[in-house]
Amino acid sequence: MTKLNVNRIVNDGSEKTDTSGVRKITELNVSQTKAMFIYVAQKVIESKPYLTEIDSAIGDGDHGIGMSIGFKKAIENMEQKEISTINDVFKIIGMSMISSMGGASGIIFGTMFVGGVKDLEAKTTLDLKTLTTIFENSLKSIKTRGKADLGDKTMIDSFQPAVEALKNSNELIAGIKEAADRARTGVEKTKAYTAKFGRAKALGERVIGHQDPGATSVWIIFDSMTQWIERNL
Amino acid sequence: MKKVVNSIESVISEMVEGVIDAYGDFYKKTETNNGLVLKQKKDKVGILIGGGSGHEPLFFGFVGEGLADGVAIGNVFAAPTPDTVLEVTKAIDSGKGVLYLYGNYAGDVLNFDMAAELTEMEGIKTKTVLITDDVASAPKKSKHERRGIAGNVFVFKIVGAASDEGLSLEEVARIASKANDHTGSIGVALSPGSIPGEEKPTFTLGEDEIEFGMGIHGEPGVKRTQMMSADELTDEMLDLLINDMELTEKDEVCVLINGLGSTTLLELFIVNRRVSEILNQKGIEIFDTDVNSYCTTQEMGGFSITLMKLDKELRKYYEAPAYSPYYVKK
Repeated sequence: MTKLNVNRIVNDGSEKTDTSGVRKITELNVSQTKAMFIYVAQKVIESKPYLTEIDSAIGDGDHGIGMSIGFKKAIENMEQKEISTINDVFKIIGMSMISSMGGASGIIFGTMFVGGVKDLEAKTTLDLKTLTTIFENSLKSIKTRGKADLGDKTMIDSFQPAVEALKNSNELIAGIKEAADRARTGVEKTKAYTAKFGRAKALGERVIGHQDPGATSVWIIFDSMTQWIERNL
Repeated sequence: MKKVVNSIESVISEMVEGVIDAYGDFYKKTETNNGLVLKQKKDKVGILIGGGSGHEPLFFGFVGEGLADGVAIGNVFAAPTPDTVLEVTKAIDSGKGVLYLYGNYAGDVLNFDMAAELTEMEGIKTKTVLITDDVASAPKKSKHERRGIAGNVFVFKIVGAASDEGLSLEEVARIASKANDHTGSIGVALSPGSIPGEEKPTFTLGEDEIEFGMGIHGEPGVKRTQMMSADELTDEMLDLLINDMELTEKDEVCVLINGLGSTTLLELFIVNRRVSEILNQKGIEIFDTDVNSYCTTQEMGGFSITLMKLDKELRKYYEAPAYSPYYVKK
């Protein structure tokens, strides 16, 4: 596995000091965004046994394997390919997942990244507005492709609340933290739902009490974004 | 679970290499992804099949003469990527379009649909027919929601013959839908299979328990019960299948008794003996019977019964010769 020395990344993003004297990060540059998502990828890969366990309860147990394959490929490509914009980071992650994972998760999680930058003008900084726009658009793409909505026991149950949290925030870091919290709540809510899609659908009422693996992955993604920010900014 | 593998990451690519080593005069691997195509490209509508691995000889074993032209191979129990489907599509398209033919699973639909969008941009016409033969996976009124299992084999056979006749993409798709509508399967699970690299099996069943209608990935079935004799099992399953397909006296069917992995031919023939007996009693004519393990789930125990109700058109295509290293029809 690729080892990344996260401490190496220095804070060269935009900083502002508010009236109370507390420094405030309002945006990440391209290399910070890339470093953050490499960290996210590593965290998802580390979660493989946990995701496998959750998925074995209601699916066929391959979600952790798939996510790990996809994010390994994403790290590989992020390190090898030329990245000059925020768009590149999201596109490379999404395309890596779509072209390596297979299964439903490959398309859905690939779309979570690539779907949001499809029609986005080239950006070299990731501020709250850009991040919100990206994930808002990808949420739309996922809904179109997967035909799922809130309450269907899918990743949308944590992704949509996370996107809402970003929309209602007025500050990048607080927004990402709030998104992670809301995603976590969304994961908890999936325990009460029956599934409308995939193999869990066939289990009917038997899936009640179990959380959705895809929703869990979304939470891990936002949670590790938060972790990276806390450690590096 | 002990598995004869090297590393988990390489199981599929190494399997494909091994297939080429054995049948390289017949199959050729696509350049980048895990796709296999017939070495001799044909000037006709291309038939592209595929799905997750772990069910061998499905799916690659049904690429052959009078069968499919190419297969997109996914990871174990995971749909193939759009890139793989796209690459195979390009390899088999002769300008007459390509039919995507695969079992109805969410992951497969998402990946094949994305591939269809990509191929359209490249100017290749595709159509999709989903195979939905598993009668236990959804009620009859929701036939389109059912999953695809061993019935794949009959549909591939019919469609391969139809495309060989030089029919148009629309016509081949019509026949594919018809073959699917005429095909029903019901399975019973005795013991689970396991994914290479996973310690836990895909589901658990008590030592003396079985589950009717359980899917090939361990999707829950219609009834969990105590183990019973071969005849009792067969009677229950056939009863369900005949009712669902509304078969009556004088109907003519093809029969497939399919082992799920570890159930032996010895056992499958005992099942077949009973299937023949019941069909004969009911006056349902058996046109042809196949007893084999085509659609497996690793070392899963159990079997499925598939019936395809024939009419004149389907009979003609069923009778056409076909050959692959895993399927022969003379």
